[in-house]
Amino acid sequence: MKTSLYKNLQRKIIGITLVVSFAPLIILGVTMYYQFAKTCKEKTEEQIQYRAMAQAEAVDMFLKERIAILSSMADTHNFNEMIDEENLSNIFIVMNARAGAFVDIGVIDDSGVHRAYQGPYNLKGLNYFDQPWFAEVMSKGVFLSHVYMGYRKLPHFIIAVRRDENRKSWILRATIDPAVLEGIVRQAQIGRTGDAYLVNKDGIFQTSPRFKGLILSQSDLDTSLFGGRVTVVELENKQGMKLLYAGSWLKNNKWLLIINQEPAEMMQSLFAVRNVEITIIVFGFLVIIMTTIFTTHLAVSQLQESDATMQKLNAQLVQSDKLAAIGKMAAGVAHEINNPLNVILQKTGWMEDLLAEEDIKKSENFEEFQTSIQKIEEHVERARKVVHNMLGFARKMEPRLEDVDINDTINQTITFLENYARTNNIEIQTDLSGQLPIIANDQAQLQQVFLNLITNAIDAIGKDGLVEIKSRRLDSRICISIKDDGPGIPEEKQKNVFDPFFTTKEVGQGTGLGLSVSYNIIEKMGGTIRLKSQVGKGTTFTVEVPVVVPERK
Amino acid sequence: MHYFNVLIVDDEEDFLETITKRLNKRQVDASGARSGEEALELLKEKTFDVVILDIKMPGGMDGIEALREMKKIQPLAEVILLTGHASVETSIEGMKLGAFDYLLKPIKLDDLLKKIAQAIEKKDIHDNKIRSAQIKKLLRYW
Repeated sequence: MKTSLYKNLQRKIIGITLVVSFAPLIILGVTMYYQFAKTCKEKTEEQIQYRAMAQAEAVDMFLKERIAILSSMADTHNFNEMIDEENLSNIFIVMNARAGAFVDIGVIDDSGVHRAYQGPYNLKGLNYFDQPWFAEVMSKGVFLSHVYMGYRKLPHFIIAVRRDENRKSWILRATIDPAVLEGIVRQAQIGRTGDAYLVNKDGIFQTSPRFKGLILSQSDLDTSLFGGRVTVVELENKQGMKLLYAGSWLKNNKWLLIINQEPAEMMQSLFAVRNVEITIIVFGFLVIIMTTIFTTHLAVSQLQESDATMQKLNAQLVQSDKLAAIGKMAAGVAHEINNPLNVILQKTGWMEDLLAEEDIKKSENFEEFQTSIQKIEEHVERARKVVHNMLGFARKMEPRLEDVDINDTINQTITFLENYARTNNIEIQTDLSGQLPIIANDQAQLQQVFLNLITNAIDAIGKDGLVEIKSRRLDSRICISIKDDGPGIPEEKQKNVFDPFFTTKEVGQGTGLGLSVSYNIIEKMGGTIRLKSQVGKGTTFTVEVPVVVPERK
Repeated sequence: MHYFNVLIVDDEEDFLETITKRLNKRQVDASGARSGEEALELLKEKTFDVVILDIKMPGGMDGIEALREMKKIQPLAEVILLTGHASVETSIEGMKLGAFDYLLKPIKLDDLLKKIAQAIEKKDIHDNKIRSAQIKKLLRYW
C-alpha cells in the first residue's frame, strides 16, 4: 500500500512535468511550422507570379516581333511585287531567316481572294471574304487569330496586316506554328509537375499543356478568375489535387498565360524543415521523458529512503518512550514489592530462629517446617532477583568510561558460560577481528549485554547447536554479532523482543528484562542493537557501538 | 547482651517487630521506632550506637530529613540506611550527610549483622580516638 503511494506520487510528478514541458514544445513547433509554411507559400506564389509575368512578356515580345516583321514587309513592298510568286518566296525566305517561326505567307486582295501563297499548302485562290477575321483586319489593320484548325487540319494561328496602297487595300497574312509559342511558354515550366500553356478567353488550349489535354481542347479553366496583369489562385484540378495557378493576360487580351504547379513540389524545403522539426521535437520528447522518469525516480526513491529512516527513528523513539514509562512504573512496583518481601523474609527468619529451640525440634513435622521455611526463603530470593533486575532496568545509570577491549570482554563473558553451553552440547565459536581499537566504554555494562545475548542464544538452541560470535570494525563503529542456529523468532514477535517483560522462555525461566536492559544500555552508549531472524534458521543479534577513543591520561 | 545498642526506624510494623525480636534473640539490644519523629524523641532520651533507618517512609518526616536531625542530636551514632528501591542517589546523599552505609531491601539478617558489626568497629575506633584525646588533654593539665 505504501509503495503504491510512492508509485502514485511518481506518476503525478512525471505527468505534470511532461505536460508542462511538452505543451510549450508543441506550441513552439506548430507556430514555427505555420509561420514557415506561410512564408514559404508567399514566396512560392511570388515566384510563380514573377515567372508568369516574365513569360507573358516573352510571348508578347515574340508576337510583337512577328507583327513588326510582317508589317515592315507589307510596308516596303507594293501589291504587284507581292503577288509575284518568286518575290514572295524571297521575302518568305528572308523573314524566316531573320525571325523564323513562319509556316507560310500569303497575299489577299480587298475582295478576299488569296492572290499569292508561299508555303506547304495549296491555298492560292481561296476566298476569305466571308471569314470574320477578313473584316477585322480590313477595319483594324492588324489581326492576330486564335489557334484553329482551318483548311489544313493542323492547329495554327495567323497574323494578318493591311497595306493601303493607292486607295486600295491588300493584306499580308502569315501562319505561325503554335509549337513555336509552345516552346517559349514551356520555358516557364519547372520541376516534375510544373506546367505552362496558353489558353484563350474561352479556356481553349492555345498551346499543348504538358499533361492532360491537347491543343484546342477545353482546359476547363475559368478564365474570369484571372484579372489585372498577374493573378495567383489555388484550384483543384480534375484529379482533386490542389494546384497553384498563376495567370497573366497577354497584351492582346486574347490569350492567358497559365503556369501551374503542385504546391507540394514548391514546398519541398518546407517539408524538409518540417521533418527536421519533428525529429528534433520527438528527440526532445524522448530526452524529456527519460530525464523526467530518471530524476523523478531518483527523487521519489530518496524520499522513500528518508521516510524509511524517519520511520525507523520514530520506532526507536517510541521504543525508548515505552522503556522510560515502564522504567518508572517498575521503580514504583519494585518498592511496593520489596517492603512485603522484606517482612516475609524477616518473619520466616524469625520462624527459623524459633525452630532452632529445643522443644520444637522434637516435633514430628520439624523437618517439614524447616524445608517449607527454606523454600519460602528461596522464593523470596527469586522474587528479590526479579525486582532487582527491574530496578537495574529502571535505574538511570550513567555509563562509567574506561578502556575496553571488546574482544577481551567477549572472551571473558564466554568463560562464564562455557560450562553451561557444554552441558547442553552447544559449541561457542568465535571469529574476532584483530583490528579492533581500544575504546572508552563501560566494560561491566557491555559484559552484561553480551551475557544476556549469549545466554539467550544458548537458551534458544536448547540442546546441540552452535553459537557464532563475530566482531568487526565498520568505520567508526564496532559491530558484534551473536548468531545461533536455534528455531528463530517468528516475525510477529520480533518487534516485541526488546519490550520489558517479553519472554519466550518458560514461566520462571526468564524475567523478560534481559533484552530491554541490553537495549537501554547500548542505546545510552550511542549504539544500536538489532536482530535478524528466520524461523527454522536461527537468530542473529547485532550490536554496534561507536568507537570512542579513550582520553590520554 | 552486647555492650552496644541499636535503634531501628521503619514504618512497616511487622518488619519492625520481627527484626527487633530477632536481634534481641541474638543478644543485640534493639529498640524500634515507627516514624522519624518517634526516633528523634528516643534519641533525645537515650544514647544509641547504631541507627538503622528506612529512607523512604510515607507520611511525616522522610528518611533523609530524619537523618539530618539525628546527626544534630547524636552525631556519633552510626546510621545504616535501608532502601526499598535502588535509589542509590538518595543513599549517596544520605552518606554525604554522615550515614555509615546502606542496605537494599529485602535485607538478610546476616548482612545486617555484618553491617552493624562494621559500624560498631568504626565507632569504637572513633570513640577510642576521643578517649585518648581526652586523656592527653587531662595529662597536659597534670
